[in-house]
Amino acid sequence: MSKRPVDAAVPPDAGAPLLTLQGLTLRAGQRVLLQGLSMAVQPGELWCVIGANGSGKTSLLHTLAGLRRPSSGNVVLQGRPLGDWSPGQAAGLRGLLPQALHDAFAARAIDVVLAGRHPHLSRWEWEGAADTALALEALHQVDLDGFADRDVLTLSGGERQRVGIAALLAQDPLLLLLDEALAHLDLKHQVSVLEHLAQLVRQRGKAVLLSIHDLNLARRFATHVLLLGGPGQAACGPVREVMTEAALSEAFGHRVMRVDVGAQTLFVPA
Amino acid sequence: MKHALRIWAVLALFSAAALCLSLALGSSSIALSDVVRLLFQPDASANAEVLHGLRLPRALAAFGTGGLLALAGALLQVLLRNPLADPYVLGASGGAAAGALGAMLLGLGVVWVQLGAFAGALLSIVLVFGVAYRDLAGTAALGGASEAAPRLLLTGVMFAAAWSALITLLLLLAPDARLRGMLFWLTGDLSGVASPAWPLATLALLLLAVMPLARELNVLLQGPALAYTLGVQVAPLRRKVYLLASLATAVAVTTGGSVGFVGLVVPHALRLVIGNDQRSLLPACALAGGTLLLLADTLARSIVAPQQLPVGVIMALLGAPLFLVLLLRRAQAR
Repeated sequence: MSKRPVDAAVPPDAGAPLLTLQGLTLRAGQRVLLQGLSMAVQPGELWCVIGANGSGKTSLLHTLAGLRRPSSGNVVLQGRPLGDWSPGQAAGLRGLLPQALHDAFAARAIDVVLAGRHPHLSRWEWEGAADTALALEALHQVDLDGFADRDVLTLSGGERQRVGIAALLAQDPLLLLLDEALAHLDLKHQVSVLEHLAQLVRQRGKAVLLSIHDLNLARRFATHVLLLGGPGQAACGPVREVMTEAALSEAFGHRVMRVDVGAQTLFVPA
Repeated sequence: MKHALRIWAVLALFSAAALCLSLALGSSSIALSDVVRLLFQPDASANAEVLHGLRLPRALAAFGTGGLLALAGALLQVLLRNPLADPYVLGASGGAAAGALGAMLLGLGVVWVQLGAFAGALLSIVLVFGVAYRDLAGTAALGGASEAAPRLLLTGVMFAAAWSALITLLLLLAPDARLRGMLFWLTGDLSGVASPAWPLATLALLLLAVMPLARELNVLLQGPALAYTLGVQVAPLRRKVYLLASLATAVAVTTGGSVGFVGLVVPHALRLVIGNDQRSLLPACALAGGTLLLLADTLARSIVAPQQLPVGVIMALLGAPLFLVLLLRRAQAR
């Protein structure tokens, strides 16, 4: 239950950015992951979160989803602190694809995707034809046509991950948070999923925050980058400004070289 | 929705058939045609007396108890996201058994045995709830990166282990004359049932309480973190489910002792047949669990009539092969 109930009289601030971080500080035990990070995410932006293992990518995404509390600072969604939105309202604003998905029981892929429709249904409502159509369309977007009736326990790691992405697409929030969503995907599906996310961002005014280890895909698809660079340090901004040889080398503690191949810019470890 | 209604209708028909069978069979058989007539128009005959005074209350109590156990099992399997969970995994039945056996050891009457069982179950529920409160309610319940369910499960298992030691101690201390009754109670026995009101009322109330939560339970199966981002208030939901399932278990074991197997097998068997949508599964569990225990109890009191066997033994002998058949057929279908 939300400690601060929603005040229906206060409309969301239409002019406010979709997501604002105000002096966000995150700690894990004694370690400082983020120190006083302030940034704003607007509709139409695709952010890639990059950084070394343990730099706080997952902790940040979980904080933005409301799963953990920041040590200090605020997460503001559409001009209102995250905690002021009711869980149901928040589910329409932001959705999260966690890093690891565990299935305890057999379930049809379509039913897992339909769980994404939960916030759109009233208590006694059953998923209707429109929801099923949306779920099938979401499965189509992740190239899983014909998988609707498959048991998720029989899927490969990458296929299961794509079912998870489809569920997030079916949820259809304004802000999509994806935690290493591409980790188990093959090359073709990494590109096609990113293309679809980029299209959602461009055409439907969504915003995406995606943690990712592939610097070259990040460089190619992101509009903005948040680079977590060691204890408490972070750089954020347009992709070309943030992703430089020097900054990446510093953040990963390993020299990164920039290579230009035709129109594409690649970063390769030295 | 239509699909669910059809499943429930079929299961309800099975329940009604099982009830007729149970009323007809026993140390003196009553013809099926007479059963229906006597049920609605009792006369002064001995058969009417047996039917209304003995068999009907016991049959309804068996149905209520089985329904409660299957429902509790299904709920705990969702709560713990563990297919091996059953109503007894969190220790409520251990507490009940210790309470009931304690009362038997003191030579107290049936009412006190039942009170002891219920008090023991409540004590165990409260203890586990207190110790695991952080996992059921705090930020840990949301999961974040880790998941709280294993710790709740381990807490329950530890309490169950402690109760089990206490039960062994009580059995060792018991005089031989009381040992038989105690063992009957432990395997599950419905012969002492006086009134079916408690289990039936609890079953109805429990269904009313969980049905509004059924879709949220579906989402909870995706994991607490995902469920939270989908708008489910995870911590209150988990607490509610824990308390409802525990109360169901407490009432069931108070009525019939620790009948095993129903709570584990019925939800699984139904999942294999009708899928894992809690909206259709939970009422189906209540109907099928009730029917199965009713049939088992009918067998228990009629196979070697007039002698009675503990229903728990019949249940396990009936349930284990049934479940294996379902499991293997499913594996072949893949």
